Amino acid sequence: MDRDRLLNIRNEKKPEIVEKLIRDDVVEIRAERVVLKGDYYKNQLRIALRNCDIINPFDIEEYIAFDGYFALYKALNDLSQREVVDIMKNSLLRGRGGAGFPTGKKWEEAFSFDADQKYIICNADEGDPGAFMDRSILEKDPHSVLEGMAIGGYAIGANKGFIYVRAEYPQAVKTLRHAIAQAKENGLLGEDIFGMGFNFDIELRLGSGAFVCGEGTALIESIEGHRGMPRPKLQRTAHVGLWGKPTIINNVETFANVAPIILNGAEWFRSIGTEKSPGTKVFSLVGKIENAGLVEVPMGTKLRDIVFDIGGGCQNNKEYKAVQTGGPSGGCIPKEYLDVSVDFESLDSIGSIMGSGGMVVMDENTCMIDIAKYFLEFSVDESCGKCIPCREGTRRMYEILELITEGKAEMNDLEELEKLSHVVSNTSLCGLGQTAPNPVVTTLKYYKDEYLAHIVDKKCPAKSCKALITYTISDRCIGCSICKKNCPVDAIDGELKKKYSIDNEKCIKCGSCYEVCPVKPVKAVEIY
Amino acid sequence: MEYKFDLEKNEVLLKEFKAFLSEIKKNNGALMPALQKAQELFNYLPKEVLKLISDELNIPLAEIYGVATFYSQFSFIPKGENQINVCLGTACYVKGAQSILEEFEKELGIKQGETTSDLKFSIGQARCLGDCSKAPVVMINSDIFPLVKKKDVKKILDNYR
Ligand SMILES: Cc1cc2nc3c(=O)[nH]c(=O)nc-3n(C[C@H](O)[C@H](O)[C@H](O)COP(=O)(O)O)c2cc1C
Ligand code: FES
Repeated sequence: MDRDRLLNIRNEKKPEIVEKLIRDDVVEIRAERVVLKGDYYKNQLRIALRNCDIINPFDIEEYIAFDGYFALYKALNDLSQREVVDIMKNSLLRGRGGAGFPTGKKWEEAFSFDADQKYIICNADEGDPGAFMDRSILEKDPHSVLEGMAIGGYAIGANKGFIYVRAEYPQAVKTLRHAIAQAKENGLLGEDIFGMGFNFDIELRLGSGAFVCGEGTALIESIEGHRGMPRPKLQRTAHVGLWGKPTIINNVETFANVAPIILNGAEWFRSIGTEKSPGTKVFSLVGKIENAGLVEVPMGTKLRDIVFDIGGGCQNNKEYKAVQTGGPSGGCIPKEYLDVSVDFESLDSIGSIMGSGGMVVMDENTCMIDIAKYFLEFSVDESCGKCIPCREGTRRMYEILELITEGKAEMNDLEELEKLSHVVSNTSLCGLGQTAPNPVVTTLKYYKDEYLAHIVDKKCPAKSCKALITYTISDRCIGCSICKKNCPVDAIDGELKKKYSIDNEKCIKCGSCYEVCPVKPVKAVEIY
Repeated sequence: MEYKFDLEKNEVLLKEFKAFLSEIKKNNGALMPALQKAQELFNYLPKEVLKLISDELNIPLAEIYGVATFYSQFSFIPKGENQINVCLGTACYVKGAQSILEEFEKELGIKQGETTSDLKFSIGQARCLGDCSKAPVVMINSDIFPLVKKKDVKKILDNYR
């Protein structure tokens, strides 16, 4: 492969592809860029997702047609390693895996550390439940990640890369395998890339279902073939990482941003987003939202614009209650903060985090204590067990939340919960434990009255906690007997055409009767 | 329930596995790929296979056991011919995935983490299958079922019975 061939492929292929996509009504041209058509995409700016749903991920030439591998060529041909590092530093690109650490700074650490062997790792473990940004990039535009990694490898002086993919993504594994093979065939990976003396190879390693392996040092342990337990941070992985060698770990979306930055320059990137968080961020907007899907917008976009303008608000005209960002390490953002600007600093300041980009929307029927409990259960399950505050602390917190949702908690349990949150975040070894209390802390902060309702009044305002609700049948009942037929425990009795009733001793609160009740517009089965 | 590993019946697979081991033996960090391959071939990690790995890769059995128990994808009882994974990730959870899981458990008469006695089905849970916009999601083997409702469960299972 050389520059002429890249140009030839681009000149030949691009018009063809674009013409077909326009004919199929999939894309439109906006500001000289080919973008997906439709209301959902109107307010989006796609950089990391630039090729997703536009190119065929199994055809490397389609990637090249949309400027693919031109950045790698530019880096190898026109720029020194130092210059690549400087561009990345000046772009102020911050890691998209959660912590937001400046990528260029990280690369510089590894670049300026002498060693006979260095490694570059792509973190494709995407463990945050409710997030699928990385999966989409891997499956729809794998070469953008390979190219980003190769540029990173050149910059820091590494000739070997690993992609650590979670086992739950078999399709991503398949796509990546294919893409790596195609890149090698075309001389874009492997020995002597572009004939310029740079060697770079990429190997896939699979996860095996452990969330904590998304943490950098745990991931390294896992690749080495050990239990995936985080290391104490005595040294930077940029100095002492995989098999003791300098190692750079970046997230999938971070790598997908690299090629556009090298091609268009740091200034261009900084002109998008906010001063401290430049560029765009991909969010997976899911939960009780009208238009669920992936959204890529400039940093600093208002949360309201994402949830309502793009996402279309809550499903079935229900009332918005919260959006949960950052998964098990993040927090819930209430209505009052819908106008918050979505960037690293602003989300931190209201107690949530940007995280990897999961955004789960909740409506009036979601119980916030149940959600806090859900995330704590996740952390209990996924804690690797190495440090005590996380292993034991999260479990105790979970137990208290269980008491609350069962209506068995007292006020002093709440104090205990607050105290534990503090201890666990301050004393845990890695990010998992340090952030595990966040869902509790933010719900306590913004939805204290809901906690109090469970503890003092023994009521669940969202009517979701089974132990705290009762089902009854009102006078609206038309006596159709459908509920009786569907009750799994024969708790419903009555005569045809007369009002039925529920025996609360027998009722297991499965909700079947409510679901099947045909009375309109308001169901005859009521929940208290 | 006791499961016995039939060496004779698995002869071909064992041969394939041995060949795989000698291929990756020299690589750094060969243990994880070895365990993953074993799980894929035998549907679980039989003691006999773990011993083989220990001999070939020269890693103590205790250490292998330590690694294997750490990761949730590895199992020590055979997984069913059809592996049901109900997603309990956040998006699926807020859309009622828990009741979908319960429905599968009820239909098959086993709990999650278990295998039916005819080895036909096993139920597990996943922490997000990456299809959150179509929650709740269930994966059987590698087939994805989006937007699952409780009443669909029986029909879905019928495809595999
Ligand atoms: C418990 C835990 C889980 C994590 N999971 C992931 C993950 O799934 N994907 C990811 O990219 N980063 C994850 N991270 C963050 C990584 O430690 C690391 O910061 C990141 O991969 C660095 O890449 P970036 O600078 O490009 O963001 C996790 C961190 C912790 C503490
Ligand atoms: S939460 Fe179920 S697919 Fe993501």
